[in-house]
Amino acid sequence: MAGSATAPLKQPLWLLAELTYACPLQCPYCSNPMDIAAYKRELSTDDWKRVMQQARKMGATQLGLSGGEPLVRRDLEELIAEARRLGYYTNLITSGVGMDEARIKAFKEAGLDHIQVSFQASTEELNNLIAGTDAFEHKKEMARLVKKYGYPMVLCFVLHRRNEDQIRDILDLAVNLEADYVELATTQYYGWALHNREQLLPTRAQIRHAEQVAKEYQDRLKGKMKIFYVIPDYYEIRPKRCMDGWGSVFLTIAPDGTALPCHAARQLPGLEFPSVREHDISWIWNESPAFNRFRGLDWMNEPCRSCPEKEKDLGGCRCQAWMLTGDAANADPVCDKSPHHRKITDVVERVNALAGKPEFEAKPLVFRNMKNSKEITHLSEPESA
Amino acid sequence: MSIAPLDTDTPELTPTFRFQWEEAQNCWVILYPEGMVKLSATAGEIMRRCNGTSNVAAIIAGLEAQYAATGLGKDVRTFLEAAREHGWIRYRAA
Repeated sequence: MAGSATAPLKQPLWLLAELTYACPLQCPYCSNPMDIAAYKRELSTDDWKRVMQQARKMGATQLGLSGGEPLVRRDLEELIAEARRLGYYTNLITSGVGMDEARIKAFKEAGLDHIQVSFQASTEELNNLIAGTDAFEHKKEMARLVKKYGYPMVLCFVLHRRNEDQIRDILDLAVNLEADYVELATTQYYGWALHNREQLLPTRAQIRHAEQVAKEYQDRLKGKMKIFYVIPDYYEIRPKRCMDGWGSVFLTIAPDGTALPCHAARQLPGLEFPSVREHDISWIWNESPAFNRFRGLDWMNEPCRSCPEKEKDLGGCRCQAWMLTGDAANADPVCDKSPHHRKITDVVERVNALAGKPEFEAKPLVFRNMKNSKEITHLSEPESA
Repeated sequence: MSIAPLDTDTPELTPTFRFQWEEAQNCWVILYPEGMVKLSATAGEIMRRCNGTSNVAAIIAGLEAQYAATGLGKDVRTFLEAAREHGWIRYRAA
């Protein structure tokens, strides 16, 4: 066993069901893998029900229905009803595109607990540019309906250089739509976001401003609206405790049935992530080598191994360590004790020096869609040859 | 500013929260968007009685009978006030 010899293995509390990679939006910071076009065979309704039953039996209480865009799945109502029957608290994480009043009502009747609607910005123009679709007015209408049907509502805004300065307008929009919770999510540089990193990373001045405004609204709206704001880890010197520990709280199931300790983990080399088509959740969580790989502290390289703070941050994010240092067992280079910390600070300094300069900003964002996925990951070659 | 509930106030679960028994945790929990609070055994027993029909006096009497104790009123009111501040419960209009 990889963890401590005395503590029993913690069981999953969160099941994140990525129902599909299909999505009508094309956000360039999407955390889905770049090779989404390679995954065609989605789990069936019965597969998902089996997964939900097995994870619930182990104690999972929170269920996230996500994607891609989960509304694309026609069996969504049926899956929500099964989740309710099993006793999950069910969270629908959606762009709102593909939703209408009839569906919001049907979800409520099926037992859906909460709807999180994502916005890309506070203005129609920027929202639609980032989303790659005309969705802004529709999203606002959906947010009003979510409230009308008595759901608690979380509005999620992913922040980056193009919208960070809109923070005040973003929060005013949330107030106007009567959000119960606002997640000012900082872009995490995996997948598509890593590809677009130089176009998305906010500047130091933007971060300072956003933090100030968020604080002001937090104080003003105390008891009415909860606002979550986290400073981007690229501007920190200690890494975040990723997923609250590898294989310790979160279980993600990708559209093709691959089980992952975190939705970005699929890219890590040398790990064979088990599929729910072949194994049950109990084996996957408790026994599979992949879920045990980074449990506990014994896998750590230096400087984590001898670091007094290792139990606090668990060495940070394994994916970031792999992407930026080439070894997933290294310290997350966000940490200034990491010999690779410059991989972070070099990008930060470059962006701070060049942001706003026309030639630097002229580089286009690469949008998340199947065509770009095929081109970037060279999936289209065999077909066209 | 917190105001202690009156004996005649009738608490109920706020509809945007869920309260249920969790077998795997062996405790009562409060569920809300992307989060969960595990309750102590006594907190769970108080929440269980916030059903929109029992008033505060009845809840206290019920708990004192269950635990064969007296003088629980202060602790119950303190918990109810905290629960209201978290938004878990609200008071039915008289």
